[in-house]
Amino acid sequence: MSPWAELVRAEHGRLVAALARTTGGDLQLAEDALQEAVLAALQQWGDAPPDQPVGWLLRTARNKAIDVLRRRGTWARKARLVAAATPAVDAPDLHDDGIADERLRLICTCCHPALSLSARVALTLKVVSGRTSDEVARLFLVDRATMQQRIVRAKQKIRLAGIPYEVPGPDALPERLAGIRHVIYLVFTEGWGATAGERLVRGELCDEALRLGQLLVEQVPDDGELHGLLSLMWLTDARRATRVDAQGLPVLLADQDRSRWDARSLALGAAALGAALRRGPPGPYTLQAAVASVHARAPHADDTAWGEVVALYELLLQAAPSPVVRLNHAAALGQHRGPEVGLAALDALADDRALGRTHLLPAARARYLEDLGRTEEAVDALQQALCRVGNAPERAWLEAQVARLLGQVSTARA
Amino acid sequence: MQYLLLIYDNEAEAAKRPPEEMASYLQAFRTFTEEIIASGAFQGGEALTPVSTATSVRVRDGETLLTDGPFAETREQLGGYYLVEAPDLDAAVAIAAKIPTAKQGTIEVRPIMVWEG
Repeated sequence: MSPWAELVRAEHGRLVAALARTTGGDLQLAEDALQEAVLAALQQWGDAPPDQPVGWLLRTARNKAIDVLRRRGTWARKARLVAAATPAVDAPDLHDDGIADERLRLICTCCHPALSLSARVALTLKVVSGRTSDEVARLFLVDRATMQQRIVRAKQKIRLAGIPYEVPGPDALPERLAGIRHVIYLVFTEGWGATAGERLVRGELCDEALRLGQLLVEQVPDDGELHGLLSLMWLTDARRATRVDAQGLPVLLADQDRSRWDARSLALGAAALGAALRRGPPGPYTLQAAVASVHARAPHADDTAWGEVVALYELLLQAAPSPVVRLNHAAALGQHRGPEVGLAALDALADDRALGRTHLLPAARARYLEDLGRTEEAVDALQQALCRVGNAPERAWLEAQVARLLGQVSTARA
Repeated sequence: MQYLLLIYDNEAEAAKRPPEEMASYLQAFRTFTEEIIASGAFQGGEALTPVSTATSVRVRDGETLLTDGPFAETREQLGGYYLVEAPDLDAAVAIAAKIPTAKQGTIEVRPIMVWEG
């Protein structure tokens, strides 16, 4: 990538956000105009980009968008909407750092609840992060045509249904922010524990989620849960290098080499957790970040303050009960008070329909069954987990556990 | 922009309402309609008779075919509509959420097509 192609990628969200003001929220037109401006730059800049390349792109793209709106005959109507926001067409060169950052407006539109969740995720990565449709398709292991159609439809709905290009008022903003946090965390978790495919961790998605979280925190610094989300992502991401072994198989938290946890990410996570806690009572993301920070503080897995983890999960059960929280609470209880208590807590979840479809519950049971010396039952539980697991590395890990336990059984019999 | 707010509700359930509840139900609709007339959003709106009175019409090979009943059998039936003027989808959704039956049925919000160019 040439240096200024990188610049265009990095500034994509900011440019589209500014252009969408001119187009009255028509994201397709904003992106098309930007692309035309980039093509014009390719022809005109040569090796010598102008002093204010971002301002040049914005001005050129804005003029192109206005041309299209005039041709469509909708300029007069849209012009009323944007008159206050848009400088005159022949404005002097815009200074690169003088362009108002309107990306919050853009994110609010891309994450509007009238769009399906999958459309919100795709649109945010495409429009805010400046990924191409191909890249988004690859990141989500969806074929290219499907992803293109999903993005085009979402942009079309924004335009035709009149989804406003606005940051919602104070009444509606908290709810919208909750939705935006969810989209960002979804991008992160898809990267962290890929639900399908050959690789367990797709780091590009984690990086993108962290960038989006950082951007949003800058735009809405008072939202405690946003800091909590950012903290959770940093503290989790710090373990990225130790999450899989040399063969690409997952490594349990207890077995990870903690000296290789990324110090910078841990520090950023701790700082964000502090910022979250200073902004009022902790919400679900902040509580999960607090759990992650208990792990981060323990130099070795044996030093983990499991009592604190259990207490935090109990708060989480009140704030945001979910099947996975119930599972983690039960597993932590076993660590704190012994495998028998853990197994009983896990067995109490057997009727949970959502957990019944995942491999997580039988995999967790297998661990405590093994601790209790009930090896054959542990093997059965692992087999059950194998029937439900989605991605290749986790499957391989479960198979390795089965092989190990079967080895123990035959050694014991020999 | 103009939006059509399509009011879907379970007719069978609605028919079971006792008379006094029916009166307050109709009153709630009257109050809502007056509100959106006063705010200037109201462009039109009517209630429909039950789907048992519906006739579906199809012309095939020049022949007009009639079927007794609605276009599609659904759990909730179209029972009426409002046509409203609203600056954007958020405003239209806010109006739709105040329709009395939104609490038990569904309001489908559909933008009216604008023919550009």
